[in-house]
Amino acid sequence: MSNQAAAVPLRKDWEGGVSPFGVSYGKLFMWFFLVSDALTFSSLLCAYGFMRHKFFGDWAHPNEVFHHFPFLEGKNLPLAYVGFMTFDLIMSSVTMVLAVEAGHRKNRKQVLMWLFFTIIGGFIFVGSQCWEWYHFITGPELSETYHGVFREYFVNGRHIVNPHFTGANLMVNSYTMLPTFGDFFFCITGFHGFHVFSGVIINIVIFIMVANGVMDKRGHYEMVEKAGLYWHFVDLVWVFVFTFFYLL
Amino acid sequence: MENHAHADAHDTGDHAAHAHHHEHPKLSFIEKYVFSMDHKVISKQFLFTAMFMALAAAIMSTLFRLQLAWPGHSFPVMHYFLGDKWAPGGKLDPNMYLGLVTIHGTIMVFFLLTGGLSGTFANLLIPLQVGARDMASPMLNMLSYWFFLIASVVMMISLYVETGPASAGWTIYPPLSALPQAMDGSKLGMTLWLSSISLFVVSSLLGGLNYIVTILNLRTKGMKMTRMPLTIWALLITAVLGVLSFPVLFGAAILLIFDRSFGTSFYLSDIYINGTALSQTGGSPVLFEHLFWFLGHPEVYIVIMPAFGIISEIMSVNARKPIFGYRAMIGSMLAIAFLAFIVWGHHMFVSGMNPFLGSVFVFTTLLIAIPSAIKAFNYITTLWKGNIIFNPQMLFVIGAVSTFISGGLTGIILADSALDVAVHGTYFVVAHFHIVMGLSAVLAMFGGVYHWFPKMFGRFMNKKLGYWHFWLTFICAYGVFLPMHFVGLAGVPRRYFNNDLYAPFEKLQHLNVIISIFAIIGVLSQVIFFVNFFYSVFKGPKSEQNPWNSNTLEWTTPIMPEHGNWPGELPVVHRWPYDYSKPGKGVDFIPQTVPMEEGEMDEGEHV
Repeated sequence: MSNQAAAVPLRKDWEGGVSPFGVSYGKLFMWFFLVSDALTFSSLLCAYGFMRHKFFGDWAHPNEVFHHFPFLEGKNLPLAYVGFMTFDLIMSSVTMVLAVEAGHRKNRKQVLMWLFFTIIGGFIFVGSQCWEWYHFITGPELSETYHGVFREYFVNGRHIVNPHFTGANLMVNSYTMLPTFGDFFFCITGFHGFHVFSGVIINIVIFIMVANGVMDKRGHYEMVEKAGLYWHFVDLVWVFVFTFFYLL
Repeated sequence: MENHAHADAHDTGDHAAHAHHHEHPKLSFIEKYVFSMDHKVISKQFLFTAMFMALAAAIMSTLFRLQLAWPGHSFPVMHYFLGDKWAPGGKLDPNMYLGLVTIHGTIMVFFLLTGGLSGTFANLLIPLQVGARDMASPMLNMLSYWFFLIASVVMMISLYVETGPASAGWTIYPPLSALPQAMDGSKLGMTLWLSSISLFVVSSLLGGLNYIVTILNLRTKGMKMTRMPLTIWALLITAVLGVLSFPVLFGAAILLIFDRSFGTSFYLSDIYINGTALSQTGGSPVLFEHLFWFLGHPEVYIVIMPAFGIISEIMSVNARKPIFGYRAMIGSMLAIAFLAFIVWGHHMFVSGMNPFLGSVFVFTTLLIAIPSAIKAFNYITTLWKGNIIFNPQMLFVIGAVSTFISGGLTGIILADSALDVAVHGTYFVVAHFHIVMGLSAVLAMFGGVYHWFPKMFGRFMNKKLGYWHFWLTFICAYGVFLPMHFVGLAGVPRRYFNNDLYAPFEKLQHLNVIISIFAIIGVLSQVIFFVNFFYSVFKGPKSEQNPWNSNTLEWTTPIMPEHGNWPGELPVVHRWPYDYSKPGKGVDFIPQTVPMEEGEMDEGEHV
């Protein structure tokens, strides 16, 4: 049975002669799942746009919020680090393409190499996001350029005065008067980060499967391709998040 | 040929392969009926779960109808179901009234008419009518059911928590649903509601992806898209709608969960409770309405689309005529599906939206009348001059067309923002959507159960009881919802516990009594269905292979197919599914597997 599967690299599911997309059910499944997932992200990004439009003048300027760079503390480098993160994620997409391409050639060694780079790229992104979150949460070193009002706020009806408060949490942030600025940041980048993280896990699982020769036994590397679809999707979503959150 | 057989085996998992090549391996009871990967068993699991949920929701409706007809009266039945806490002395507690209304709506919309209707008939019909051995992924299909079951259990558990179930209405608008301080129903009950619906979204996604992929990729030889029965077209479009709209509900639910549990302000702004200001500020409850109705409107088509498919199939078979306008039917369903995504604003005419934007939504909404009318006329012309067989399933689908038309007429009124403002949030709206969406879908679902019962259980349901069931249900349904329009036109708002405080509404009380009496008889007459159903599962007369002289592929399998559906080769399709009473033929039906004769034309064309 498996011998014959090896002879047929892609499953020929429809015998009617007018196969609509010429793809296996697994890939079609992944495509429709991604469409669905894209709608979830769209709902969050549209909600973000709705709110940002509503408070047009009061929204924080990303340039003033995200201007840190690791090892260059104190320097004002607006959006430099998040630019690096974007570059990293796009490069990991490139290595993923190369892994898929090596899979078509059934070159196990190269698939493993490129998958390895993809996983490293994913880890760098997730780690960078942790670093971003850390700086967003702890906030700037008490520069007086911001309004002082954020130091008095309510939590479930309790009036809280915290003269040392800087940064952001889900209730209040020191970048704007609008809690929704922080809320959307945590919610959307968190949801995306969760996707990247699960993508890294998937890639690791695939890496182990390839290393154990599972794909060679199956006779095709379609699993790598499906994981690749997911990975590219996650990158694409980041491009939108980056555009709407940081650039605009 | 070996290759062909092999490809099939490969698609549908090893079970099918075994069924195909060797003797069927002996499965334990648990593998066969509980954790089954056979689409036919999963279909029955969906049906049974949905029937149980619908029964619970129907009982709830009787309880709150008792309160609405005889406010403040004491009823032993109320005390029997709700106990001392929620019905002290048999009088319904106002909080529980809101809870019952909310959970009734939630169960009927999501668990019966989305999960139950699509889950049952998509699982049963897709592989059987496209000629596949099973779904593309039987494993995910099984998971889809189990997520559905867990969602149902969580929803039912929410009825038993100390602070009561979710009570903000099935649309769970914040801030009422977002603040636990706002009402008891927004405490644990609401958390469970959101958990349940999140699980439901997962189930719906797994199911929907499977339906789409199976229809696109696993059709048998010759089953072109334009040779698929309209049931399959309807279920395909339903699945696409679900895959596109449920994630948006999921996004809305995530933000609501954050607002409820982590102090964010997505939907909340400027709220004082007991004199203290909440810290949450800068959010907007209208945002929730947008996100909710972006799902909510496609959702009503998710409910009605499978009903369209079932109606088309049953009506054509029992009128012994091809469905009128096969391609127009497909086109109108696609048009409805497209329009579904650009009309959500008509639920929000009174939310303070810009009147100009409102008029755009009026326009797009009224456009839906066109494809809907095409469908209605096509059904009527299918009946025209047909040799109609008035069996119960035929009565049910004719009833469904009737309610779709009469409910659609009030839809035109509600689509118009100027008219909607007057009746928004009244019983007029309740009557409208119950008739056009609830009744049409429920009647079609009953029709589907009567029609495909022989395929599911190898036996017939009792016809005489079927007639009783239909007429009582149908008359009571109109008895409930026709007078309700007038209650709404008079201005009575929905979801109110009682109208005693409003003198003008006193005069309408007798209408409420009439509605409730019909509602109670209507619910009781479902006992006939349940008795008929369960009796027939075990004791009904045995079915033949093709009991309704139908053309579609499901009737070419053995009466009770094993996992894998066809014992030998998959059937090959040569023609469209609606060759009934074709001129110049001796028989009044030609199954899809019969090859075309020399010079014969497909899709009902003839010289």
